[in-house]
Amino acid sequence: MNHDAYTDDFLRDLLGGTRTVAMVGASANWNRPSYFVMKYLQQKGFRVIPVNPREAGKEILGETVHAELKDVPDPVDMVDVFRNSEAAGAITDEAIAIGAKSVWMQIGVRNDEAAARAEDAGLKVVMNRCPKIEYSRLHGELSWGGFNSRVISSKRRKL
Amino acid sequence: MADDQAPGFDTLAVHAGGAPDPATGARQTPIYQTTSFVFDDADHAAALFNLQQPGFIYSRLTNPTVSVLEERIAALEGGVGATATASGHAAQILALFPLMSPGAEVIASKKLYGGSLNQMGHSYRKFGWNAVFVEPEAPANFRRAVTDKTRAIFIENLANPGGVIVDVEAVADIAHEAGVPLIVDSTMATPYLSKPIDWGADIVVHSTTKFLSGNGSAVGGVVVDGARFDWLTHRDKYPSLAQPAPEYHGLTFAETFGELAYTVYGHAVGLRDLGASQSPMNAWITLQGIETLGLRMQRHCDNALTVARFLESHPQVAWVSYAGLESSPFQAQARKYMPAGAGSVFTFGVTGGYDMGIKVVEGVELFSHLANIGDTRSLIIHPASTTHRQLTEEQLVAAGAGPDVIRLSIGIETVDDIIADLDRALTAAA
Repeated sequence: MNHDAYTDDFLRDLLGGTRTVAMVGASANWNRPSYFVMKYLQQKGFRVIPVNPREAGKEILGETVHAELKDVPDPVDMVDVFRNSEAAGAITDEAIAIGAKSVWMQIGVRNDEAAARAEDAGLKVVMNRCPKIEYSRLHGELSWGGFNSRVISSKRRKL
Repeated sequence: MADDQAPGFDTLAVHAGGAPDPATGARQTPIYQTTSFVFDDADHAAALFNLQQPGFIYSRLTNPTVSVLEERIAALEGGVGATATASGHAAQILALFPLMSPGAEVIASKKLYGGSLNQMGHSYRKFGWNAVFVEPEAPANFRRAVTDKTRAIFIENLANPGGVIVDVEAVADIAHEAGVPLIVDSTMATPYLSKPIDWGADIVVHSTTKFLSGNGSAVGGVVVDGARFDWLTHRDKYPSLAQPAPEYHGLTFAETFGELAYTVYGHAVGLRDLGASQSPMNAWITLQGIETLGLRMQRHCDNALTVARFLESHPQVAWVSYAGLESSPFQAQARKYMPAGAGSVFTFGVTGGYDMGIKVVEGVELFSHLANIGDTRSLIIHPASTTHRQLTEEQLVAAGAGPDVIRLSIGIETVDDIIADLDRALTAAA
């Protein structure tokens, strides 16, 4: 698996097979990147469950915050990592332990050893990317802001 | 398209950003001639105003037709994003706006288009921005001008009108050693001839009025971000991008938007507050032009080289400054940076000085005497008596626009007709 470049098909399949996201490092502060991503993914129909020991028991965007991944009571498809590259190692192991289908590390977060362990356990891994940016890029919304989506197609996009 | 094949230049020129309209299936990009866009509800409006969700609010900020143009040019330049503006001059201000503050300096090439020299040398001072001009032929001149107030280096890769090609790669290295971004005005080259981001530039600006639009129909500009410059490692220098923005409740653009930050700022603050947005109609006209950019630019360059060679052997011509000629000191740079051609704008000197220059521009019939470049039509101007007349004698010569200089922008007409028209006018003026 080449983690320097992901194909659009790989990202589409991964996002398309995801309904529930556990967001580790979710912030309750509305102007932090994790809050932006959580709100956006919720609007796109994903359920996002925040994980953050400092906010445990509180609510972010209508969802109860859990201290650790293993505390999340519902099945999780994707674990989205808003922590640094080192911390991403242990979080990836927890993601494997709870039976997640994928681990997604945010921009600036990369842990190749953890990615290899996850892939050996059958999980898909994306590193150094943002699911909000990739989802909006693949669905035409990023283009609205003047961004290069790198998507060329003469097919009509579904609204 | 298939993931394993990067689209070629001409495919991007026709398709990038221009998928069929999702609402109607319209294949050609619709002209969204509207000022405003409805909100679904108050929460949707709040998410849009907080920059949490992509979407349209008001056409001063973003517009669905204009965003197609932005994406297309970003794709052609190999950039991450782009901000379209009302004109090329607006693009220059918008490019610098996130970087500058009162007292800050931009190091600029002395060989910029005369209008840019005026804008930077005079009007920028009203913002407290100081332009420091250096001769661009020796890249080390830029290094010598760096101070702790420098916030950007600004050059034209192919200078208008002097036929000077700047060593973009060397200047980019100097900019990055100094911890500032390199901004390149690539209007004369267009991405068909050269992509400055590939040579290390951070930001590219265009007057889209010229070759990109191509037909002399629509005034416009664009700022493209390559997103290689890390604002957060220079947090003190670039507070607009790398420190909390009070107007957005403490949001830090470079943290929240990562590599999108500069372009988000360009719309959400730059266009919002400076207001120099491109109209949907102009964006649409420019998109029509870009579809044929590759075909036109090659013809422009081929015609220009043929005309330059003809002039070089003409008795009423003292010299020709075209980087595509064997006689040009910039031919090696041209081969490196613009192998497909050295553009279609160049200057030559008449043997009879200022008065003869005026006679020639008045004597042509096919050429249009006007102040523009990059039209399908061949254009002619005598800079000293028109575009550059606000400059001092010293600035005129420095800008390659001395009293004997005529600037041509060679069009895509039949080249024999272009040559015949010039020959007639030169002979009559002798």
